[in-house]
Formats: sequence, C-alpha cells, structure tokens
Amino acid sequence: MKRTRPWCTLLLIPLGLLALLAAAGCNKPAAPDFQKTLQERLINSKPGDAIDLPEGKFHFDRTISLTVNGVTLRGKGMDKTILSFAGQTTGAQGVLVKADEFLIQDLAIEDTAGDALTIQGGGNITVRRVRVEWTRGPNEGNGPYGIYPVECKNLLVEDSIARGAADAGIYVGQSENVVLRRNRVENNVDGFEIENSENVDAYENIATHNTGGMGVFNLPNLPRQGGKHVRVYNNQLVDNNTPNFAPKSLGPIHSLPTGTGMYILAIRDVEVFNNKIQNNNTVNVYIVHYKTVVDDEALRDTAASPITQQIFAPVDKRYYPFVQDIYFHNNEISGGGKSPDNRLPGVKALSDALGGKLPDFLYDGMVDPKWGHKPNSGQICLQKNGAAAFLNFDAAGQMKHPVHDLKPYSCSLAPLAPVAIPQIAVSAPGGK
Amino acid sequence: MIPRSARRGVARLALFCAGVVAVVGCGCSSQRTVNARVEEPFPKKLSDWHLFAATSRALQPNTGVVPYDLNTPLFSDYASKYRFVWMPPGTPAQFRDEGALEFPLGTILIKTFAFPVDGRATERLVETRLLVRTKSEWKPLSYIWNDAQTEASLETVPDPVKIKFTSLSGKRHEFTYVIPNANECHECHDNQKVLLPIGPKARNLNKNYAYSTGTENQLEHFARLGYLEGLPAPAARPRAAKWDDPQMGSLDERARAYLDSNCAHCHQPGGQAGYTGVDFRSTQREITQQGLCKSPNSAGAVGALSFDIVPGHPDDSILIYRLESTAPKVSMPALSRDVVHEEGVQLLREWIASLPGRCPASP
Repeated sequence: MKRTRPWCTLLLIPLGLLALLAAAGCNKPAAPDFQKTLQERLINSKPGDAIDLPEGKFHFDRTISLTVNGVTLRGKGMDKTILSFAGQTTGAQGVLVKADEFLIQDLAIEDTAGDALTIQGGGNITVRRVRVEWTRGPNEGNGPYGIYPVECKNLLVEDSIARGAADAGIYVGQSENVVLRRNRVENNVDGFEIENSENVDAYENIATHNTGGMGVFNLPNLPRQGGKHVRVYNNQLVDNNTPNFAPKSLGPIHSLPTGTGMYILAIRDVEVFNNKIQNNNTVNVYIVHYKTVVDDEALRDTAASPITQQIFAPVDKRYYPFVQDIYFHNNEISGGGKSPDNRLPGVKALSDALGGKLPDFLYDGMVDPKWGHKPNSGQICLQKNGAAAFLNFDAAGQMKHPVHDLKPYSCSLAPLAPVAIPQIAVSAPGGK
Repeated sequence: MIPRSARRGVARLALFCAGVVAVVGCGCSSQRTVNARVEEPFPKKLSDWHLFAATSRALQPNTGVVPYDLNTPLFSDYASKYRFVWMPPGTPAQFRDEGALEFPLGTILIKTFAFPVDGRATERLVETRLLVRTKSEWKPLSYIWNDAQTEASLETVPDPVKIKFTSLSGKRHEFTYVIPNANECHECHDNQKVLLPIGPKARNLNKNYAYSTGTENQLEHFARLGYLEGLPAPAARPRAAKWDDPQMGSLDERARAYLDSNCAHCHQPGGQAGYTGVDFRSTQREITQQGLCKSPNSAGAVGALSFDIVPGHPDDSILIYRLESTAPKVSMPALSRDVVHEEGVQLLREWIASLPGRCPASP
C-alpha cells in the first residue's frame, strides 16, 4: 500500500511475464508482485490444481504458504526455478505447507531465514527433485532445517538435495510411512534426521561432507513418542567431517561430534544393510541410550531441585530411552574414528583411553535392567560388516568392563518389512 | 503502561461518541440491517456488510453490532483494536467454560486495527478483520482501509504498511506492519485444521464495559441482549486476569493470562506449534508443558540459551530472548509482531524472576 516500488516491478502480471522481467534483470529484492501473485494463487487454488513456476530466480521477503489439499507446485528444474529468500524479513520458513496430497518438484529454495521447506501434518506428501540450500555454505546463521516434514503420514522425499542446514538437511519428524530415496545431503550439520518416526525406509541416499551423516532417534517431550521400524540400506554415509557449525542456540545438535557416520539413539527396530559407512573421523556408527548423550551431570544435578526432579526423572513418562533390536549386516564399514572430535569431553575421554582413535562401531552398552542379566540383552546384532572394529564402552560401569569382542553381538534379527506408501507400491526389493 | 492506558482512553472516547451517536440516531436513521452472509460470495467492500453507519472514520456500530473488549488481549504492534460482534436475531451464543463461546451460524466477529498518527487527534484505520461463521466453517476476511479512510476492501494478500508514530509517552515507533494474508490467519486460528475464534472466551469477556447505556459486565450485557445463553452464576464464571492491572490478578495469574492470550493459540495441542510440546494455555498446570527447564527440541533460534524458562533468570530464558527480538528466525509470536511489546516482556521478566527452583546444567 505505502511501499515504494522499484521501477521494474509492475502491478499484478502473469507469472510468465514476470519470468521475462526477471530475465531482463529486474529481479532485485522484492519482486513483491511475483511473491504476492504466487501467494494469491496458492490461497485461491483448488484441489487438483498444478501451479507451474517459470525459469528464473525470484526473490521473496516473506514465507509463502499453502493450506489447500491436492495442490502441485512445480518449477522447471532445481537449478532453473529458484525461490530465493535472501534478506527475508517476515516469517522464518521459506515454503510452509499444511495440506494433504501435496506435490512439490523441480525447484530450489535458497537462503531462507529459518527452515526452507516445512510440511506440517500432511498426508500423502511428495517432495521430488527439490534443492534446498544456503548458498554461503556452512554458517551458524543458516536456517536449521532444509526439508522439514513433521507429523506427516505417507511421505516420499526423493532425488532432492540439501546443503548448508545448521541442523539437518533432510529431516523427518513425528511421521509415519516414510520413504527417503536417492537424495543427496552435504555440508549440513546433520545430513538426515529421522526423529520420533515409525516405518521409515531410507535408501540410495548419499550423505557426505556433513558433520554427521544420519541420525535415527527418539527424543522426549515431543507429542509423538515411540518411533521405530526404520530400514536404512544402499546408502553412502562417507566423509562426514565438516566441523560442526550449529550454534549452541540450536540445542543438542551443537554437540554432535564432527565426523559421525550414523547415530542411533533411544530407538528400537532399526535394520541397516548394504550401506557404505566410511571415513567418518569420530566414529562410523554410534549406538546409544538417551542419557549417554544428555550430560550425566545435568541429570545428577536434578536431585538438587524439586522442580527439576519432576522434569528429568523421568524426562517424559511416555519416553523410553533405551536402544534395542538394532541389526547391522552386509555393510561396508571402514576407516572410521581416525581423528575423533575432542571438542566434546565425552569423546575426548574415550579416545584418550583408546590411544587417540575410536573403532568403527561404538555402543554404550546401556541395557534396561528388566531385560535380565544376559549378554547383549539389547539385541544389538552386527554381522558381515567387513573388518569393522567394535567397542561396547560400558557407559553404565564407567568404562570398567569394555567389550571389544564382536562375538556376543554376532546375531541376526528378522528382517523388517518394507514400507509401503501410496506414491510407490513397495519401496524397494527390500527384504532379502 | 502509561501510553497503553492513555490510548485505551482514546479508544473509549471514540466508542463512547459512537454509542451516543447511535442512541441519538443521527446518521443511522436509514437503519439498513446487517448483511448476514453464511456462504460465498462475501462483500468486496466492508461497507456492504452494513456493520457500521455509512459515515466516514468513526466506527459507529449498526443496530445489533455490540462492542466488547478483553481482559488480556493479543499484542499486535501497539495497534488499537476495536472489537464488535453481531449475531442473527434470536440465535444466542452458548456459554462455554473453555475456548471461545459457541457462536451461532451467521455470527460476525469484527476487529479493526488502528494506529496513531503524529499531529492528528484521530487514528489511522489500517484493517478490519472479520470472522464469519458460515455454513461450513469460520471464514476469515481482511478488509484494508483506503487512505481517505472512507472504505475498506477485501484482500487476500494485503501489502505491508509503514507505520510511524510517537506514543503519548514520547516513544518513537517506526516499523513495517505486516498484515496477515488469508493463509496466515489459519496459522494462529487453526486447531487441528479447524479455524476457531481466539479472543472471545468467557474468561476474557468476563469484565465490565462502558456501554453508552452505562457500565455493565460484558457477559451479562450479552445475555440481556439475547446474545448469550447458559450463563452461570457470577461465582461460576471463569475470569482471566488483566495482564497490566495488579488489582486484577497476581503476578502469576497475569503472566499466565498474557501467555494464554499471546502464545497459546499456537502453543497448545492441535495448534500450529503443538508439535513443540509447549502448552501455554492458562488451564495447563503441568510445569514441563509450559517450558520450565525445558530444552527446545527442534525449533528456531534460541540464542546461547538452554531452556525455555529458567526460574529466577529471565535473561537465561529463551522465552524472553524470543519476545525481545524482531529478527524473523527468532521473534515470537511469529506473526503480527514487528515491534517488541516492552510492557508485556517486563511482566514476564518479573514473573520468571519470581519462580522458585533451578534448572540442571544444560546438555
């Protein structure tokens, strides 16, 4: 209304014409009318509509959002149609979707203040050939998440790219029936995060040059608890040694050790096979109980205050912090732990005790007493993973009884069933 | 707080005059009735609803269009807000303890946002938002006022507006006021994908209002007009604290009323920020659910801080950090807050400073 307009931005004009204007060099900050036109189209769309975006780089200063079910948003390619949020002033997200049956493909979302693509509470969601990126590379001021579906059901993320996220490049949270395939994530703090989710297949993805390649975990205090049943296969989680650039403000991710291939935290029923997990300098695979990564001192301290006792003991009545029924087999796992991240006291203590290096597999050995006192009661099964070295560092016993021998862990578990979503009949041959 | 109460005085004055005019009948004699709509299409011009007298500037309510205000409202960039409700004759709202009153089909909730203008006695009307109870849902509609202040037009994606004024206390305000678009209405108003009114809860309406006919409790006024059914005895009616009046609630009650009105529409189960696990409804008594010593799970930027609320330490509390920011990734509430609400932050600072206990060392 009262804003001054640059000479080259005209009033409402068709998208195609805007593309021509953009090509003619009129794409300086705020092409407010492209933004406004697109937002109006999204608001006025009807189920079944496809909104086509032309080639060009388009500037946005405000989150754009969709709440209509059954809409497709598609560009001309992830390097051709670029939605740039550099200098964003309003809203944290780039594209915010709260709708079912949403398909987004062939475009890029760049330099958002917060998360690039947020999808909340949607059913039958497909993200295909979408690039999300912070173009200045790793930087603590980048947005936390690249592709961020949360509380979704029947979700497919494929052939997409995420770069530069200060938390996770591709995140899936509190969702069920999820397939992540053929994506590439690099230069993020965490490459992939699968959090509090159930029935997930992740395959043929590449995570490289992140701080950590992939996390599969449950956290307390989130509405959806009890994530489980995750299959991770035919992926490459290699050379994830980019120094952790998450600001302390992002919380626990700030403490992810640089050089983590994969971590599995407080979850059950995870099957990991046919992957390359290599050359991650702190550890290739880290399997842990919640309290191993949440500072023990913090937990002891809770005895001091009645209020904090309520909070941390237990953390969340519904939360189960143990890790169990984890099956790694037929992976190529090598070259890990050569240069652990001594920034973290826990990692340093462990690596000092082991002569400055860590094995490929690191397991804290924390088991629920109610499982009984038998060897490997958590059912951590590691088979045919090359010459990968192993250590159960006995977190509960303060490392008094470490176990290097793989024999107690040479077991197998029943294969998990492939994930079926409407977008693809069965996610892959899977099984074995 | 001085500028707020002073401006509230101005608001009162405006409404009082409007009421007098309505009673006297001047300018309203033609008495067009309110244009009740329960489905598309909706009028493109605000005047076509016949909610106000057809004269410029003053929001003189038509017959049956009843003003109200709230014990503790949502802060929106120091905008003055003028609220009215209209219901079809003979169909009262039903009283409810929790949440908004159960309004009948055809209800129109009307809220006009205005800002002071330097050197002018009158405010500039910026937008009038309607929530209309249609056959299928509550429909949000935003009407944007023209520069002449003679008419407001329906817009889906309104442009931001530059606002500049000096408050009565001498504080200079200059910012871009972002008017929510039709989707953004849902971000605050939706619960489990159903759009609901936020403000007119019984607990927030339970206060006196200076009507042109005299001061009266708003709930009783509604009941007397036939706009409300099922009103329990006074002692049984919930009542929200008035956030800026220590006579009208303890520090704890006022702080929690403020959080309820400013945060709980998103931060509650089923709300936009329900997934964060934080629930700011004043009825929520579980302390972990209100962010006390709670570390953020997967949300926005939180500074070099570990917990949402650290008892005794407002400067270490993410809640304060985010309320004191206007950066897009940091500021809360995420919408319609382009300036810091200093008086509101001060209240929450005092509240956090008063909380007992301590948090564990951060992870």
